[in-house]
Amino acid sequence: MATDAISTLRADTASLPFVVKLHEWVITVDHKRLGIMYIIYALVFLMIGGVEAAIMRIQLIRPHNNFVSPEVFNRMFTMHGTTMIFFVVMPMLFGFANYLLPLMIGARDMAFPRLNAFSFWLTAFGGILLYFSFLGATGLYGDGNAPDVGWFAYAPLTSKTFSLGHSTDFWTLSLLVSGFGSIGTAVNIIATVFCMRCPGMTLAKMPLLAWLNLVMAVLVILAVSPLSAAQIMLAVDRYLGGHFFDTQAGGSAVIWMHFFWIFGHPEVYVLVIPAFAFASEIIPVFSRKAIFGYPVMVAATVCIAFISMSVWAHHMFTVGMNANANTFFVLSTMAIAVPTGIKIFNWLATMWGGKIHFKTPMLFCIGFLFQFLIAGLTGIMLSAAPFTWHLGNSYFVVAHFHYVIVGAILFATFGAFYYWFPKMSGKMYNEKLGKLHFWLFVIGFHLTFDFMHIPGLLGMPRRIYTYEPGRGWDTLNLIVTIGVFFQAAAILVFVANLLWSYFHGETAGSDPWDAWTLEWSASSPPPAYNFAIIPEVRSRRPLWDRKHPEDPDWKYE
Amino acid sequence: MNAQPAVISDPNITWELPPRGRVGMFCLISAESAIFTIFVVAYLFYIGKSLTGPLPRDVLHAPIFFTICLLSSSLTIHLAVKSLKRPKLGAFALWWFLTLALGATFLAGTAREWHHLIYDEGLTIQTNLFGTTYYSLVGLHGFHVTVGLLAITTVLLFALLGYVRQEHAERVDVLALYWHFVDAVWVVVFTVVYVIGR
Repeated sequence: MATDAISTLRADTASLPFVVKLHEWVITVDHKRLGIMYIIYALVFLMIGGVEAAIMRIQLIRPHNNFVSPEVFNRMFTMHGTTMIFFVVMPMLFGFANYLLPLMIGARDMAFPRLNAFSFWLTAFGGILLYFSFLGATGLYGDGNAPDVGWFAYAPLTSKTFSLGHSTDFWTLSLLVSGFGSIGTAVNIIATVFCMRCPGMTLAKMPLLAWLNLVMAVLVILAVSPLSAAQIMLAVDRYLGGHFFDTQAGGSAVIWMHFFWIFGHPEVYVLVIPAFAFASEIIPVFSRKAIFGYPVMVAATVCIAFISMSVWAHHMFTVGMNANANTFFVLSTMAIAVPTGIKIFNWLATMWGGKIHFKTPMLFCIGFLFQFLIAGLTGIMLSAAPFTWHLGNSYFVVAHFHYVIVGAILFATFGAFYYWFPKMSGKMYNEKLGKLHFWLFVIGFHLTFDFMHIPGLLGMPRRIYTYEPGRGWDTLNLIVTIGVFFQAAAILVFVANLLWSYFHGETAGSDPWDAWTLEWSASSPPPAYNFAIIPEVRSRRPLWDRKHPEDPDWKYE
Repeated sequence: MNAQPAVISDPNITWELPPRGRVGMFCLISAESAIFTIFVVAYLFYIGKSLTGPLPRDVLHAPIFFTICLLSSSLTIHLAVKSLKRPKLGAFALWWFLTLALGATFLAGTAREWHHLIYDEGLTIQTNLFGTTYYSLVGLHGFHVTVGLLAITTVLLFALLGYVRQEHAERVDVLALYWHFVDAVWVVVFTVVYVIGR
């Protein structure tokens, strides 16, 4: 009966004119549509941010290159960083959280559907506002257009004196707007997880993805709010003539750094915890084993979130803090490696003895595991203050955090794309193109970011638009830039795969992976109401129980 | 094929979840607390760092009366919600109006204080660090009071038109939660600005 209703619904939608369909998407409060809009929005900005990265790398391909001017180079690294963090990774992860959470906890929508739509549009307009600066920011006195103060926008560079025109205003306002969107989404995620679970799904029986997104949302509330506060202060300084970060009037430039990194470090975990969540769902399914150490995984995540609130000043070792502060932040930063290590061992233990299927999502998750480990190791190196005194603001740091964000977060997110694409579109992706994407991206990633460590160790500072020949950086920079072309090719294969599979892919069916969580019990794509009958669960793997009534999980949990 | 119940039904499961309105409001309050924390830290950090006058000890006077107004509005909004739950709609409207009046009085007090500071003492947001941090922190709180008053006014209009009934008590309670938060923040702001900062 339900199936009939769905097929009639689809036939109706298919025949509607484009404008009507577009209108339906614009006014929608459905968590699945909003999720998909978040994801598509993030993909568009991924392309834009990628082009900006490519422009920088082409400029640095050889010494004394003149591909872009220093001014444009400054704009590119500012826009690349801001875009990738706030308008690619965050919306991407919010998109997946939006789409998956209600389905995985057996609910029909998020707790506040209209707040959900509001948050999406805030984020969307935040991104548009940032990019409008290319057109609109040449003010009367301005000598530039797009923001060029770096993605952490240190004072006093952001003051009226040094940042003429309106480019910095665009930066601060767009982050303020999208920050409110993020807080709205976080409120929604927490309320959804606490208040919308289907009967029987106690907190201890939730899929790990729900748990980890809950922790992520708590971190968003605790981390993005300080950023919003700091942006309000910056706006007060720039618009009302305040003195928060004005050293001429006794203000402090260092307090901006503190406020920014109080946001900035937990933000890393806001981004990486959902990536952990993807790995925690994908690795068990493709290892054909239940996740190893579920309670420990949850505890480790909560622990990471807790410690991540007290490590921010490791971004400021080179600023010149006193010895006590340095010691505290060195130790707290190193402490984070413990719960993170526990998680890595749990994923490995899940794979250990499993029957591993090397499908594209699993390949990306294995890449994630390997690269996240290396990213963590360079992180431990940088957590030692004397090491950072030597290498702070060098390409070693750039290589380290790109290893986290690209090597870990983006890899896990690609895994999530391939894993849930059949659910979202109803079609299977092309496995060959998926594997081609994986290998191209692995090669490109390692060419770029492995070799980027070395010029850093040799003393190449970040954010320089060109360099002298003969310092031993030339060949390395060439290799780094060559890797970018591999990555760009991989992204094109990825997008082509998504588009081609959406129109011509094989029908996926509701459960192509023989998986265990509730989203696979709905049809693909799920109907607007998700579940005709709200499911009841008795274990962490409800679909396992349904498929194996002779040996259900709930007898052992 | 769609959405069969996932497992065998168990009649022993009693399933109760927290109300989403309260959870959502607690999350919002946490986020707001984080924002206020940053402003409070900035205020504390900049105490005594102004390069020019006027200084807090010269110009600030603790607004005791208006503080009592705001804090007692927490009591009246609590009594209003309690009356709505019973339900005593007349008492609700009365307590609710009293909350609005007390909140508005507080806001008027802030306006008067600012007028005095700007026109008599010459302290603006541009004058010095004290001015910047003072107007930002007190202004941020005043903004939250204003938002609360707008919401309270909306509910009052609905109540006078007879749309607010007993079944809305839970939602009204969520608004009351926000109002309690605004009052609690004032205790912190008052302590920081008028006690420690002076």
